[in-house]
Parts: sequence; C-alpha cells; structure tokens
Amino acid sequence: MSDWITAGFWLVGATFALLASIGVLRMPDVFTRMQTSTKASTLGLGCLLIGTAAQMSDTASIMRAASIGAFVMLTSPVATHVIARAAYLTDVPLWAGTIVDEKREAMEHAGDTP
Amino acid sequence: MLDAVSEIVLSMLVISLLISFARLVLGPTLPDRMVAVDLIGVLAVGLIVVAAPATGVQAFLDAAIVIALIGFVGTVAYARYVERVERT
Repeated sequence: MSDWITAGFWLVGATFALLASIGVLRMPDVFTRMQTSTKASTLGLGCLLIGTAAQMSDTASIMRAASIGAFVMLTSPVATHVIARAAYLTDVPLWAGTIVDEKREAMEHAGDTP
Repeated sequence: MLDAVSEIVLSMLVISLLISFARLVLGPTLPDRMVAVDLIGVLAVGLIVVAAPATGVQAFLDAAIVIALIGFVGTVAYARYVERVERT
C-alpha cells in the first residue's frame, strides 16, 4: 500500500520538477522564469518528500523529511524575493508584453529616478 | 515495482537538471543564472530524497538538509553581490 502512495507522489513531484525546468528554459524574462521555478521547490519537492516519508517507516527519517520540507517552504519565498529585487534594481529588461509595473509607477509618483 | 518507478523518477529529475543547466549556460543576465542555480539546488535535494529509500542510507537526508541550507544562503549572498556591484 505504501509503495503505491510513494510511487504516485514521486511521479507527481518529478513531473512538477520537469515542468518547472522546462518553464525556466522557455519563459521570456527573469520574473516569469522565477514564477515557474517556484513550482519545483514547493509542489515538486513537497510531493517527493511525502513519497519518501511514506516509504521510510522510522520516526527519524520522517522528521528529517518534514524538516527539509518546512525549511524549503520557508526559505524559497525569501530567496525568490531577493533575486527579484536584485533583478529589478539592476534594470533587467522586462518582457515586452508586461502590462503592469507598479514599482515603476510608485517611483515616478515619488519623483524618484530608479 | 518501486525500483522501476524510482528509476523513472530519477531519470526525470536528471533531465530537468540538464534543462536548467542549459538555462544556466544560456541565461542572458546574471539574475537568470541565479534562478537556474536556485532550481539546480532544489533539484539536487529532490534527487537525494528519492535516492534515500532505494539505498536505505538514512544519512542521505542529512546531506539533503545541508544542501538546502547552503543553497539558500548562497542565493541570498549572491543576490546581495549582484545588487551592490551593478548599481555602482
């Protein structure tokens, strides 16, 4: 029974990881690429960890898997925010189809040149 | 059954590692490469997590914790570096 749970969660997690890396390769600019790469770290790694925890029956392994999951879920928004901030402040070009840039509007409203 | 599934899952993760490595090589700007390195770290953790039950070595999970930690600290430090160097 636990083999089936493990196999299902592993396949779902690996599919999310594969889709995230394809998105990182094909998306048009940094910010959209960041949006897809987050799928690998939350949904993908989360499903892989649930599969591993279902397979390993001792408490120590389950606690380790849970702590990896909690750590990655807590830190990946911080890392993404820091990368996005660095990219925006160093004037990385946005995709030509971008329709909302609230940071630029706020800067112009404050009379501040980026 | 689980051995076949774990081989399929490991090969899918290796393919996604190769694809994100292509973005690391291609990436036109430095933040693109940072996104790719971040993704490579997460995929390495996933690879270790899948390999742990197949081998039965519990220490693999400790290695995964350490890689997740170092990946986060490295990303934050590198973003700080990019911000400071390219603004001046």
